[in-house]
Amino acid sequence: MTATIATTPSPAPESTLEGHGQPLIDKTFRWILFAATAVGIVFLAVLIVYVTLKGLPRLTPALWQNMPSIRNPDTAGAQSAITGTIWVMAFTALTALPVGILSAVYLEEFGNAKSRFQRVVDINIQNLAAVPSVVFGILGLAIIARAFQLGQTVITAGLTLGLLVLPVVIISTRESLRAVPQNIRHGSLALGATQWQTTWKQTMPAAIPGMATGTILALSRAIGEAAPLLLLGAVSFISFNPTGPFSAYTTMPIQIFNWTKNPREEFQILAAALIVLLLVLLLAMNAVAILIRNRTQRRW
Amino acid sequence: MKQMRDSEAAKQSSSDMSTTGRMDVAASLGSHGREIPETISNVVFGLDNVQVFYGDFQAVRDVSMQIGRNEITAFIGPSGCGKSTLLRSFNRMNDLIPGARVAGSLTYHGYDVYAPNVDPIEVRRRIGMVFQKPNVFPKSIYENVAYGPKVNKMKVNMDDLVEECLTRAALWDEVKDDLKKSAYALSGGQQQRLVIARCIAVKPDVILMDEPCASLDPIATAKVEDLMQELANDYTIVIVTHNMQQAARVSDRTAFFTADVDSAGVRHGRLVEYGPTRSIFTAPNDPRTEDYISGRFG
Repeated sequence: MTATIATTPSPAPESTLEGHGQPLIDKTFRWILFAATAVGIVFLAVLIVYVTLKGLPRLTPALWQNMPSIRNPDTAGAQSAITGTIWVMAFTALTALPVGILSAVYLEEFGNAKSRFQRVVDINIQNLAAVPSVVFGILGLAIIARAFQLGQTVITAGLTLGLLVLPVVIISTRESLRAVPQNIRHGSLALGATQWQTTWKQTMPAAIPGMATGTILALSRAIGEAAPLLLLGAVSFISFNPTGPFSAYTTMPIQIFNWTKNPREEFQILAAALIVLLLVLLLAMNAVAILIRNRTQRRW
Repeated sequence: MKQMRDSEAAKQSSSDMSTTGRMDVAASLGSHGREIPETISNVVFGLDNVQVFYGDFQAVRDVSMQIGRNEITAFIGPSGCGKSTLLRSFNRMNDLIPGARVAGSLTYHGYDVYAPNVDPIEVRRRIGMVFQKPNVFPKSIYENVAYGPKVNKMKVNMDDLVEECLTRAALWDEVKDDLKKSAYALSGGQQQRLVIARCIAVKPDVILMDEPCASLDPIATAKVEDLMQELANDYTIVIVTHNMQQAARVSDRTAFFTADVDSAGVRHGRLVEYGPTRSIFTAPNDPRTEDYISGRFG
Protein backbone atom coordinates (compact mmCIF):
# COMPACT_ATOMS: atom_id res chain seq x y z
CA MET A 1 0.00 0.00 0.00
CA THR A 2 2.79 2.34 0.82
CA ALA A 3 4.39 1.53 -2.51
CA THR A 4 1.40 2.83 -4.48
CA ILE A 5 1.44 6.05 -2.54
CA ALA A 6 5.11 6.53 -3.22
CA THR A 7 4.85 5.95 -6.95
CA THR A 8 1.74 8.04 -7.61
CA PRO A 9 3.01 11.41 -8.87
CA SER A 10 1.54 14.39 -7.09
CA PRO A 11 -0.65 16.56 -9.35
CA ALA A 12 1.11 19.48 -11.01
CA PRO A 13 0.59 22.74 -9.12
CA GLU A 14 -2.07 24.98 -10.68
CA SER A 15 0.07 28.08 -10.41
CA THR A 16 3.78 28.67 -10.22
CA LEU A 17 5.45 29.17 -6.87
CA GLU A 18 6.50 32.73 -7.63
CA GLY A 19 5.52 35.32 -5.05
CA HIS A 20 6.02 39.03 -4.60
CA GLY A 21 9.13 38.73 -2.47
CA GLN A 22 9.38 40.27 0.96
CA PRO A 23 6.58 42.77 1.60
CA LEU A 24 7.68 46.36 2.16
CA ILE A 25 6.57 46.36 5.79
CA ASP A 26 8.81 43.37 6.52
CA LYS A 27 11.82 45.13 5.06
CA THR A 28 11.08 48.38 6.85
CA PHE A 29 10.59 46.72 10.19
CA ARG A 30 13.80 44.81 9.72
CA TRP A 31 15.67 48.05 9.13
CA ILE A 32 14.13 49.73 12.18
CA LEU A 33 15.23 46.82 14.33
CA PHE A 34 18.71 46.94 12.87
CA ALA A 35 18.97 50.71 13.38
CA ALA A 36 17.94 50.38 17.02
CA THR A 37 20.67 47.80 17.55
CA ALA A 38 23.18 49.93 15.69
CA VAL A 39 22.61 53.01 17.91
CA GLY A 40 24.07 51.32 20.97
CA ILE A 41 26.96 49.71 19.12
CA VAL A 42 27.89 52.90 17.23
CA PHE A 43 27.87 55.08 20.33
CA LEU A 44 30.03 52.62 22.22
CA ALA A 45 32.43 52.34 19.29
CA VAL A 46 32.67 56.12 18.88
CA LEU A 47 33.31 56.53 22.59
CA ILE A 48 36.03 53.88 22.66
CA VAL A 49 37.73 55.21 19.51
CA TYR A 50 37.57 58.82 20.73
CA VAL A 51 38.95 58.00 24.17
CA THR A 52 41.65 55.73 22.77
CA LEU A 53 42.81 58.30 20.21
CA LYS A 54 42.81 61.03 22.80
CA GLY A 55 44.63 59.01 25.44
CA LEU A 56 47.03 57.29 23.04
CA PRO A 57 49.99 59.63 23.66
CA ARG A 58 49.92 58.79 27.35
CA LEU A 59 49.22 55.07 27.11
CA THR A 60 52.78 54.34 28.18
CA PRO A 61 54.27 52.36 31.06
CA ALA A 62 54.60 55.70 32.87
CA LEU A 63 50.84 55.54 33.40
CA TRP A 64 51.16 52.66 35.86
CA GLN A 65 54.75 53.29 36.94
CA ASN A 66 54.47 56.90 38.11
CA MET A 67 52.51 58.58 40.84
CA PRO A 68 49.99 61.32 40.13
CA SER A 69 51.33 64.87 40.24
CA ILE A 70 49.65 68.26 40.22
CA ARG A 71 52.57 70.20 38.85
CA ASN A 72 54.13 67.84 36.29
CA PRO A 73 51.42 66.38 34.05
CA ASP A 74 54.11 65.18 31.61
CA THR A 75 55.47 62.61 34.04
CA ALA A 76 52.31 61.99 36.07
CA GLY A 77 50.94 58.45 36.28
CA ALA A 78 48.19 56.66 38.11
CA GLN A 79 50.01 54.02 40.11
CA SER A 80 48.39 54.94 43.41
CA ALA A 81 44.94 54.75 41.77
CA ILE A 82 45.66 51.34 40.24
CA THR A 83 46.98 49.83 43.47
CA GLY A 84 44.14 51.55 45.35
CA THR A 85 41.61 49.91 43.05
CA ILE A 86 43.22 46.50 43.64
CA TRP A 87 43.14 46.98 47.42
CA VAL A 88 39.54 48.21 47.44
CA MET A 89 38.37 45.42 45.11
CA ALA A 90 40.06 42.82 47.31
CA PHE A 91 38.09 44.03 50.32
CA THR A 92 34.92 44.31 48.24
CA ALA A 93 35.29 40.68 47.23
CA LEU A 94 36.12 39.66 50.82
CA THR A 95 32.91 41.33 51.99
CA ALA A 96 30.49 40.50 49.22
CA LEU A 97 31.46 36.95 48.23
CA PRO A 98 31.27 35.03 51.52
CA VAL A 99 28.25 36.92 52.81
CA GLY A 100 26.49 36.85 49.44
CA ILE A 101 27.13 33.19 48.65
CA LEU A 102 26.24 32.02 52.16
CA SER A 103 22.99 33.99 52.19
CA ALA A 104 22.10 32.70 48.73
CA VAL A 105 22.73 29.11 49.85
CA TYR A 106 20.56 29.67 52.91
CA LEU A 107 17.72 31.24 50.95
CA GLU A 108 17.82 28.67 48.15
CA GLU A 109 18.66 25.42 49.94
CA PHE A 110 17.67 25.74 53.58
CA GLY A 111 15.09 28.50 53.90
CA ASN A 112 11.39 27.93 53.45
CA ALA A 113 10.49 29.77 50.25
CA LYS A 114 6.92 30.25 51.40
CA SER A 115 7.66 31.78 54.79
CA ARG A 116 6.80 35.41 55.36
CA PHE A 117 10.39 36.14 56.43
CA GLN A 118 11.80 34.85 53.17
CA ARG A 119 9.27 36.75 51.06
CA VAL A 120 10.23 39.99 52.83
CA VAL A 121 13.92 39.22 52.32
CA ASP A 122 13.34 38.40 48.64
CA ILE A 123 11.61 41.70 47.93
CA ASN A 124 14.25 43.64 49.81
CA ILE A 125 17.13 42.04 47.93
CA GLN A 126 15.45 42.83 44.61
CA ASN A 127 14.95 46.43 45.70
CA LEU A 128 18.45 46.76 47.13
CA ALA A 129 19.90 45.76 43.77
CA ALA A 130 18.14 48.76 42.26
CA VAL A 131 19.20 51.33 44.88
CA PRO A 132 21.47 54.04 43.36
CA SER A 133 25.08 53.63 44.36
CA VAL A 134 25.22 57.13 45.79
CA VAL A 135 22.79 56.03 48.50
CA PHE A 136 25.23 53.29 49.48
CA GLY A 137 27.87 56.04 49.66
CA ILE A 138 25.75 57.94 52.19
CA LEU A 139 25.25 54.72 54.17
CA GLY A 140 28.98 54.03 54.11
CA LEU A 141 29.78 57.54 55.23
CA ALA A 142 27.25 57.61 58.06
CA ILE A 143 27.68 54.12 59.44
CA ILE A 144 31.01 52.65 58.35
CA ALA A 145 33.16 55.77 58.22
CA ARG A 146 31.57 57.76 61.06
CA ALA A 147 29.68 55.41 63.44
CA PHE A 148 32.24 52.59 63.20
CA GLN A 149 35.02 55.20 63.08
CA LEU A 150 36.79 53.49 60.18
CA GLY A 151 37.34 56.83 58.47
CA GLN A 152 38.35 57.39 54.87
CA THR A 153 40.18 54.13 54.45
CA VAL A 154 40.47 51.19 52.08
CA ILE A 155 38.35 49.05 54.39
CA THR A 156 35.51 51.60 54.45
CA ALA A 157 35.50 51.68 50.66
CA GLY A 158 35.68 47.87 50.45
CA LEU A 159 32.80 47.37 52.90
CA THR A 160 30.66 49.99 51.15
CA LEU A 161 31.22 48.60 47.65
CA GLY A 162 30.77 45.11 49.09
CA LEU A 163 27.32 46.07 50.36
CA LEU A 164 26.60 47.70 47.01
CA VAL A 165 27.20 44.51 45.03
CA LEU A 166 25.92 42.13 47.71
CA PRO A 167 22.38 41.95 46.24
CA VAL A 168 23.80 41.19 42.79
CA VAL A 169 26.00 38.43 44.21
CA ILE A 170 23.05 36.95 46.11
CA ILE A 171 20.74 37.04 43.11
CA SER A 172 23.24 35.54 40.67
CA THR A 173 24.31 32.84 43.13
CA ARG A 174 20.70 31.92 43.80
CA GLU A 175 20.06 31.65 40.10
CA SER A 176 23.03 29.36 39.57
CA LEU A 177 21.90 27.17 42.51
CA ARG A 178 18.39 27.07 41.11
CA ALA A 179 19.79 25.89 37.77
CA VAL A 180 21.08 22.70 39.43
CA PRO A 181 18.34 20.13 38.76
CA GLN A 182 16.31 19.01 41.73
CA ASN A 183 16.96 15.35 40.88
CA ILE A 184 20.67 15.77 41.72
CA ARG A 185 19.69 16.80 45.25
CA HIS A 186 17.15 14.00 45.48
CA GLY A 187 19.70 11.48 44.21
CA SER A 188 22.08 12.52 46.94
CA LEU A 189 19.47 12.58 49.70
CA ALA A 190 18.15 9.17 48.60
CA LEU A 191 21.62 7.73 49.32
CA GLY A 192 21.36 8.82 52.92
CA ALA A 193 23.35 12.04 52.56
CA THR A 194 22.42 14.88 54.87
CA GLN A 195 21.20 18.17 53.52
CA TRP A 196 24.53 19.73 54.41
CA GLN A 197 26.47 17.03 52.52
CA THR A 198 24.12 17.37 49.56
CA THR A 199 24.59 21.13 49.42
CA TRP A 200 28.33 21.09 49.99
CA LYS A 201 29.27 18.12 47.80
CA GLN A 202 26.69 18.20 45.03
CA THR A 203 24.72 21.41 44.66
CA MET A 204 27.46 23.96 45.29
CA PRO A 205 30.15 22.34 43.10
CA ALA A 206 27.60 22.06 40.31
CA ALA A 207 26.73 25.75 40.72
CA ILE A 208 30.31 27.08 40.86
CA PRO A 209 30.54 28.17 37.20
CA GLY A 210 27.36 30.19 37.54
CA MET A 211 28.51 31.66 40.82
CA ALA A 212 31.89 32.64 39.37
CA THR A 213 30.32 34.34 36.38
CA GLY A 214 27.84 36.23 38.53
CA THR A 215 30.38 37.40 41.07
CA ILE A 216 32.88 38.55 38.45
CA LEU A 217 30.16 40.59 36.79
CA ALA A 218 29.21 42.01 40.19
CA LEU A 219 32.82 42.99 40.89
CA SER A 220 33.14 44.58 37.47
CA ARG A 221 30.23 46.79 38.45
CA ALA A 222 32.03 47.80 41.64
CA ILE A 223 35.34 48.53 39.95
CA GLY A 224 33.89 51.39 37.92
CA GLU A 225 32.03 53.04 40.80
CA ALA A 226 33.03 56.62 41.64
CA ALA A 227 29.91 58.08 43.23
CA PRO A 228 29.90 56.24 46.58
CA LEU A 229 33.64 56.72 46.98
CA LEU A 230 33.33 60.46 46.34
CA LEU A 231 30.88 60.61 49.23
CA LEU A 232 33.28 58.58 51.35
CA GLY A 233 35.84 61.31 50.86
CA ALA A 234 38.15 59.64 48.39
CA VAL A 235 38.57 62.93 46.58
CA SER A 236 41.81 63.91 48.22
CA PHE A 237 45.04 63.90 46.24
CA ILE A 238 46.90 60.68 47.02
CA SER A 239 50.35 60.06 45.61
CA PHE A 240 51.28 56.93 47.53
CA ASN A 241 50.16 53.30 47.38
CA PRO A 242 47.89 52.00 50.13
CA THR A 243 49.87 50.20 52.82
CA GLY A 244 47.03 48.28 54.45
CA PRO A 245 43.30 48.18 55.12
CA PHE A 246 43.43 51.34 57.21
CA SER A 247 45.42 53.34 54.71
CA ALA A 248 44.10 56.30 52.72
CA TYR A 249 43.53 55.49 49.05
CA THR A 250 42.37 56.65 45.69
CA THR A 251 40.92 54.53 42.88
CA MET A 252 40.95 54.67 39.09
CA PRO A 253 37.47 56.22 38.66
CA ILE A 254 38.31 58.84 41.31
CA GLN A 255 41.62 59.64 39.63
CA ILE A 256 39.83 60.00 36.28
CA PHE A 257 37.32 62.29 37.96
CA ASN A 258 40.08 64.42 39.46
CA TRP A 259 41.98 64.71 36.21
CA THR A 260 38.95 65.61 34.10
CA LYS A 261 38.15 68.39 36.59
CA ASN A 262 41.53 69.92 35.86
CA PRO A 263 41.37 72.50 33.02
CA ARG A 264 44.86 71.73 31.65
CA GLU A 265 44.80 69.75 28.41
CA GLU A 266 47.60 67.38 29.53
CA PHE A 267 45.45 66.11 32.38
CA GLN A 268 42.55 65.53 29.99
CA ILE A 269 44.80 63.28 27.93
CA LEU A 270 45.95 61.46 31.07
CA ALA A 271 42.31 60.93 32.06
CA ALA A 272 41.55 59.47 28.63
CA ALA A 273 44.51 57.10 28.93
CA LEU A 274 43.37 55.92 32.36
CA ILE A 275 39.82 55.44 31.04
CA VAL A 276 41.22 53.12 28.38
CA LEU A 277 43.07 51.17 31.05
CA LEU A 278 39.90 50.88 33.15
CA LEU A 279 37.92 49.73 30.11
CA VAL A 280 40.53 47.10 29.30
CA LEU A 281 40.34 45.87 32.88
CA LEU A 282 36.54 45.69 32.73
CA LEU A 283 36.53 43.88 29.40
CA ALA A 284 39.12 41.44 30.70
CA MET A 285 36.97 40.64 33.74
CA ASN A 286 33.90 40.15 31.59
CA ALA A 287 35.89 37.99 29.18
CA VAL A 288 36.98 35.77 32.07
CA ALA A 289 33.36 35.49 33.16
CA ILE A 290 32.25 34.49 29.66
CA LEU A 291 35.14 32.06 29.37
CA ILE A 292 34.21 30.34 32.63
CA ARG A 293 30.60 30.17 31.52
CA ASN A 294 31.40 28.66 28.14
CA ARG A 295 34.04 26.25 29.38
CA THR A 296 31.87 24.76 32.07
CA GLN A 297 28.46 24.88 30.47
CA ARG A 298 26.56 21.73 31.31
CA ARG A 299 23.64 20.05 29.77
CA TRP A 300 21.72 18.20 32.43
CA MET B 1 16.42 -21.01 43.48
CA LYS B 2 17.40 -21.05 39.83
CA GLN B 3 15.76 -24.39 39.26
CA MET B 4 12.64 -23.27 40.97
CA ARG B 5 12.44 -20.32 38.61
CA ASP B 6 12.75 -22.50 35.53
CA SER B 7 10.14 -25.01 36.54
CA GLU B 8 7.79 -22.21 37.47
CA ALA B 9 8.40 -20.59 34.11
CA ALA B 10 7.43 -23.75 32.31
CA LYS B 11 4.26 -24.03 34.36
CA GLN B 12 3.29 -20.47 33.61
CA SER B 13 3.88 -20.54 29.89
CA SER B 14 1.64 -23.58 29.59
CA SER B 15 -1.24 -22.02 31.52
CA ASP B 16 -4.12 -21.27 29.20
CA MET B 17 -5.53 -17.83 28.71
CA SER B 18 -9.19 -17.21 28.06
CA THR B 19 -9.38 -13.52 27.26
CA THR B 20 -7.59 -12.46 24.11
CA GLY B 21 -7.21 -8.95 25.57
CA ARG B 22 -4.77 -10.03 28.19
CA MET B 23 -3.13 -12.70 26.12
CA ASP B 24 -0.25 -10.42 25.05
CA VAL B 25 0.61 -9.37 28.54
CA ALA B 26 0.06 -12.74 30.12
CA ALA B 27 2.16 -14.45 27.46
CA SER B 28 5.18 -12.57 28.71
CA LEU B 29 4.65 -13.90 32.20
CA GLY B 30 7.07 -16.42 33.47
CA SER B 31 10.28 -15.14 31.96
CA HIS B 32 11.50 -15.42 35.48
CA GLY B 33 8.62 -16.71 37.59
CA ARG B 34 9.65 -17.63 41.08
CA GLU B 35 7.43 -19.61 43.40
CA ILE B 36 5.14 -17.01 44.90
CA PRO B 37 3.05 -18.10 47.86
CA GLU B 38 -0.35 -16.50 48.29
CA THR B 39 0.59 -15.01 51.65
CA ILE B 40 3.73 -13.13 52.54
CA SER B 41 5.71 -14.67 55.36
CA ASN B 42 8.69 -12.33 55.56
CA VAL B 43 7.28 -8.81 55.65
CA VAL B 44 9.54 -5.84 54.84
CA PHE B 45 6.92 -3.13 54.59
CA GLY B 46 3.61 -3.25 56.39
CA LEU B 47 1.06 -0.67 55.37
CA ASP B 48 -2.10 -0.18 57.35
CA ASN B 49 -4.54 2.46 56.13
CA VAL B 50 -1.74 4.59 54.72
CA GLN B 51 -2.88 7.95 53.42
CA VAL B 52 -0.67 10.56 51.80
CA PHE B 53 -1.62 14.22 51.76
CA TYR B 54 -0.19 17.24 49.99
CA GLY B 55 -1.53 20.03 52.16
CA ASP B 56 -5.31 19.46 52.19
CA PHE B 57 -5.23 17.29 49.10
CA GLN B 58 -5.40 13.57 49.75
CA ALA B 59 -3.26 11.95 47.05
CA VAL B 60 -3.46 8.38 48.33
CA ARG B 61 -6.23 6.99 50.49
CA ASP B 62 -6.37 3.95 52.73
CA VAL B 63 -3.74 1.62 51.36
CA SER B 64 -3.22 -1.56 53.35
CA MET B 65 -0.76 -4.10 52.04
CA GLN B 66 2.42 -5.99 52.85
CA ILE B 67 5.59 -6.17 50.83
CA GLY B 68 7.65 -9.33 51.06
CA ARG B 69 11.35 -9.72 51.45
CA ASN B 70 13.41 -10.51 48.32
CA GLU B 71 10.37 -10.13 46.16
CA ILE B 72 9.83 -7.75 43.27
CA THR B 73 6.62 -5.88 43.83
CA ALA B 74 5.22 -3.82 40.96
CA PHE B 75 2.85 -0.89 41.36
CA ILE B 76 0.79 -0.36 38.24
CA GLY B 77 -2.08 1.93 37.40
CA PRO B 78 -3.05 4.96 35.34
CA SER B 79 -1.35 8.35 35.75
CA GLY B 80 -2.29 10.26 38.87
CA CYS B 81 -3.28 7.18 40.85
CA GLY B 82 -0.74 7.90 43.58
CA LYS B 83 1.61 4.97 42.99
CA SER B 84 4.76 7.12 42.82
CA THR B 85 3.57 9.18 45.76
CA LEU B 86 3.11 6.02 47.81
CA LEU B 87 6.53 4.71 46.76
CA ARG B 88 8.17 7.94 47.84
CA SER B 89 6.60 7.69 51.26
CA PHE B 90 8.48 4.41 51.84
CA ASN B 91 11.85 6.13 52.19
CA ARG B 92 10.50 9.50 53.31
CA MET B 93 11.38 11.26 50.08
CA ASN B 94 7.98 12.93 50.37
CA ASP B 95 9.39 14.86 53.33
CA LEU B 96 11.16 17.01 50.75
CA ILE B 97 7.87 18.28 49.37
CA PRO B 98 6.52 21.08 51.56
CA GLY B 99 3.12 20.18 52.99
CA ALA B 100 3.42 16.43 52.32
CA ARG B 101 2.12 14.29 55.18
CA VAL B 102 1.58 10.57 55.76
CA ALA B 103 -1.18 9.19 57.95
CA GLY B 104 -1.86 5.62 58.95
CA SER B 105 0.84 3.14 59.78
CA LEU B 106 3.82 2.38 57.55
CA THR B 107 6.30 -0.01 59.09
CA TYR B 108 9.68 -1.24 57.90
CA HIS B 109 10.66 -4.56 59.50
CA GLY B 110 8.18 -3.65 62.19
CA TYR B 111 9.55 -0.18 62.88
CA ASP B 112 7.27 2.77 62.23
CA VAL B 113 8.92 4.78 59.45
CA TYR B 114 7.12 7.93 60.55
CA ALA B 115 7.77 7.67 64.29
CA PRO B 116 8.97 11.01 65.68
CA ASN B 117 12.44 9.72 66.64
CA VAL B 118 13.14 8.21 63.20
CA ASP B 119 15.90 9.89 61.24
CA PRO B 120 14.95 10.10 57.54
CA ILE B 121 18.66 9.90 56.68
CA GLU B 122 18.86 6.44 58.28
CA VAL B 123 15.68 5.38 56.50
CA ARG B 124 17.07 6.43 53.12
CA ARG B 125 20.36 4.69 53.68
CA ARG B 126 18.56 1.38 54.11
CA ILE B 127 15.94 2.02 51.47
CA GLY B 128 17.59 3.14 48.25
CA MET B 129 15.86 4.74 45.33
CA VAL B 130 16.24 4.81 41.55
CA PHE B 131 14.47 7.63 39.77
CA GLN B 132 12.66 7.93 36.49
CA LYS B 133 15.31 10.04 34.81
CA PRO B 134 18.85 8.72 35.35
CA ASN B 135 20.13 11.35 37.78
CA VAL B 136 23.85 10.69 37.75
CA PHE B 137 25.95 13.27 39.57
CA PRO B 138 28.06 15.66 37.48
CA LYS B 139 31.19 13.75 38.57
CA SER B 140 33.23 10.83 37.35
CA ILE B 141 31.80 7.31 37.13
CA TYR B 142 33.98 6.27 40.07
CA GLU B 143 32.89 9.18 42.23
CA ASN B 144 29.25 8.53 41.46
CA VAL B 145 29.53 5.08 43.03
CA ALA B 146 31.87 6.18 45.83
CA TYR B 147 29.70 9.13 46.89
CA GLY B 148 27.16 7.17 48.95
CA PRO B 149 29.74 5.15 50.95
CA LYS B 150 31.73 8.36 51.52
CA VAL B 151 28.87 10.42 52.90
CA ASN B 152 27.84 7.47 55.04
CA LYS B 153 31.44 7.14 56.29
CA MET B 154 31.53 3.44 55.42
CA LYS B 155 34.89 1.88 56.18
CA VAL B 156 35.55 -0.09 53.01
CA ASN B 157 38.17 -0.50 50.34
CA MET B 158 36.63 1.97 47.94
CA ASP B 159 38.22 0.58 44.76
CA ASP B 160 36.95 -2.90 45.53
CA LEU B 161 33.50 -1.63 46.41
CA VAL B 162 33.24 0.41 43.21
CA GLU B 163 34.25 -2.60 41.14
CA GLU B 164 31.85 -4.88 43.01
CA CYS B 165 28.90 -2.53 42.61
CA LEU B 166 29.56 -1.81 38.94
CA THR B 167 29.91 -5.55 38.32
CA ARG B 168 26.64 -6.27 40.07
CA ALA B 169 25.00 -3.54 38.00
CA ALA B 170 26.32 -5.24 34.83
CA LEU B 171 28.28 -2.13 33.92
CA TRP B 172 31.85 -2.97 34.91
CA ASP B 173 32.95 -4.42 31.57
CA GLU B 174 31.67 -1.36 29.73
CA VAL B 175 33.29 1.26 31.96
CA LYS B 176 36.29 -0.34 33.68
CA ASP B 177 38.75 1.64 31.56
CA ASP B 178 36.83 4.92 31.88
CA LEU B 179 36.23 5.20 35.61
CA LYS B 180 37.63 8.72 35.66
CA LYS B 181 35.38 9.87 32.84
CA SER B 182 32.33 12.00 33.47
CA ALA B 183 29.19 9.99 34.07
CA TYR B 184 27.53 12.26 31.54
CA ALA B 185 29.52 10.55 28.80
CA LEU B 186 27.48 7.37 29.33
CA SER B 187 24.32 6.51 27.42
CA GLY B 188 20.93 6.74 29.14
CA GLY B 189 20.77 3.01 29.80
CA GLN B 190 24.31 2.96 31.18
CA GLN B 191 23.52 5.97 33.35
CA GLN B 192 20.52 4.18 34.83
CA ARG B 193 22.67 1.13 35.60
CA LEU B 194 25.23 3.47 37.17
CA VAL B 195 22.49 4.89 39.35
CA ILE B 196 21.62 1.34 40.41
CA ALA B 197 25.31 0.64 41.15
CA ARG B 198 25.44 3.85 43.18
CA CYS B 199 22.35 2.78 45.04
CA ILE B 200 23.65 -0.68 46.03
CA ALA B 201 27.00 0.82 47.08
CA VAL B 202 25.50 1.95 50.39
CA LYS B 203 24.36 -1.66 51.00
CA PRO B 204 20.66 -1.01 51.24
CA ASP B 205 18.03 -3.58 52.06
CA VAL B 206 15.35 -2.30 49.73
CA ILE B 207 15.55 -0.64 46.31
CA LEU B 208 12.63 1.51 45.26
CA MET B 209 12.41 2.12 41.53
CA ASP B 210 10.20 4.88 40.22
CA GLU B 211 9.61 4.09 36.55
CA PRO B 212 13.28 3.22 36.06
CA CYS B 213 12.91 2.44 32.36
CA ALA B 214 10.60 5.30 31.38
CA SER B 215 13.36 7.16 29.55
CA LEU B 216 15.20 4.14 28.15
CA ASP B 217 15.03 2.36 24.79
CA PRO B 218 13.90 -1.30 24.64
CA ILE B 219 17.41 -2.75 24.69
CA ALA B 220 18.48 -0.69 27.69
CA THR B 221 15.16 -1.56 29.33
CA ALA B 222 15.82 -5.26 28.83
CA LYS B 223 19.24 -4.88 30.49
CA VAL B 224 17.79 -3.08 33.50
CA GLU B 225 15.04 -5.70 33.79
CA ASP B 226 17.61 -8.53 33.74
CA LEU B 227 19.52 -6.67 36.40
CA MET B 228 16.43 -6.42 38.58
CA GLN B 229 15.97 -10.20 38.39
CA GLU B 230 19.56 -10.62 39.43
CA LEU B 231 19.28 -8.15 42.31
CA ALA B 232 16.08 -9.67 43.65
CA ASN B 233 18.13 -12.48 45.16
CA ASP B 234 19.63 -10.04 47.65
CA TYR B 235 17.31 -7.07 47.74
CA THR B 236 13.66 -6.32 48.10
CA ILE B 237 12.56 -4.34 45.07
CA VAL B 238 9.49 -2.20 44.65
CA ILE B 239 8.97 -0.85 41.17
CA VAL B 240 6.46 1.67 39.86
CA THR B 241 5.79 1.23 36.19
CA HIS B 242 3.43 2.43 33.50
CA ASN B 243 4.37 -0.52 31.40
CA MET B 244 2.13 -3.51 32.15
CA GLN B 245 4.29 -5.90 30.14
CA GLN B 246 7.18 -4.86 32.32
CA ALA B 247 5.22 -5.52 35.49
CA ALA B 248 4.21 -8.91 34.11
CA ARG B 249 7.77 -9.74 33.06
CA VAL B 250 9.67 -8.76 36.17
CA SER B 251 7.47 -8.78 39.21
CA ASP B 252 6.45 -11.42 41.71
CA ARG B 253 3.52 -9.46 43.02
CA THR B 254 1.53 -6.68 41.45
CA ALA B 255 -0.53 -3.97 43.07
CA PHE B 256 -3.05 -2.23 40.86
CA PHE B 257 -3.94 1.32 41.79
CA THR B 258 -6.52 3.59 40.32
CA ALA B 259 -7.81 7.08 40.94
CA ASP B 260 -11.27 7.82 42.32
CA VAL B 261 -12.68 11.12 41.22
CA ASP B 262 -14.70 12.71 44.00
CA SER B 263 -17.65 15.07 43.62
CA ALA B 264 -15.31 18.09 43.34
CA GLY B 265 -13.40 16.47 40.46
CA VAL B 266 -10.32 15.80 42.61
CA ARG B 267 -8.46 12.52 42.03
CA HIS B 268 -7.55 10.30 44.96
CA GLY B 269 -5.38 7.27 44.43
CA ARG B 270 -6.45 3.96 45.92
CA LEU B 271 -5.33 0.36 45.88
CA VAL B 272 -7.74 -1.84 43.93
CA GLU B 273 -6.12 -5.21 43.90
CA TYR B 274 -2.91 -6.78 45.11
CA GLY B 275 -1.66 -10.30 44.66
CA PRO B 276 0.80 -12.60 42.90
CA THR B 277 1.49 -11.15 39.46
CA ARG B 278 0.26 -14.28 37.75
CA SER B 279 -3.19 -14.06 39.34
CA ILE B 280 -3.46 -10.33 38.73
CA PHE B 281 -2.74 -10.75 35.05
CA THR B 282 -4.58 -13.99 34.39
CA ALA B 283 -7.47 -13.96 36.85
CA PRO B 284 -8.06 -10.53 38.33
CA ASN B 285 -10.83 -10.29 40.89
CA ASP B 286 -11.81 -6.72 40.23
CA PRO B 287 -13.39 -5.68 36.90
CA ARG B 288 -11.33 -2.44 36.97
CA THR B 289 -8.11 -4.43 37.03
CA GLU B 290 -9.37 -6.54 34.19
CA ASP B 291 -10.27 -3.43 32.16
CA TYR B 292 -6.90 -1.86 32.79
CA ILE B 293 -4.70 -4.81 31.97
CA SER B 294 -6.71 -5.62 28.86
CA GLY B 295 -6.16 -2.07 27.68
CA ARG B 296 -9.75 -0.85 27.94
CA PHE B 297 -8.73 2.21 29.98
CA GLY B 298 -5.65 3.87 31.41
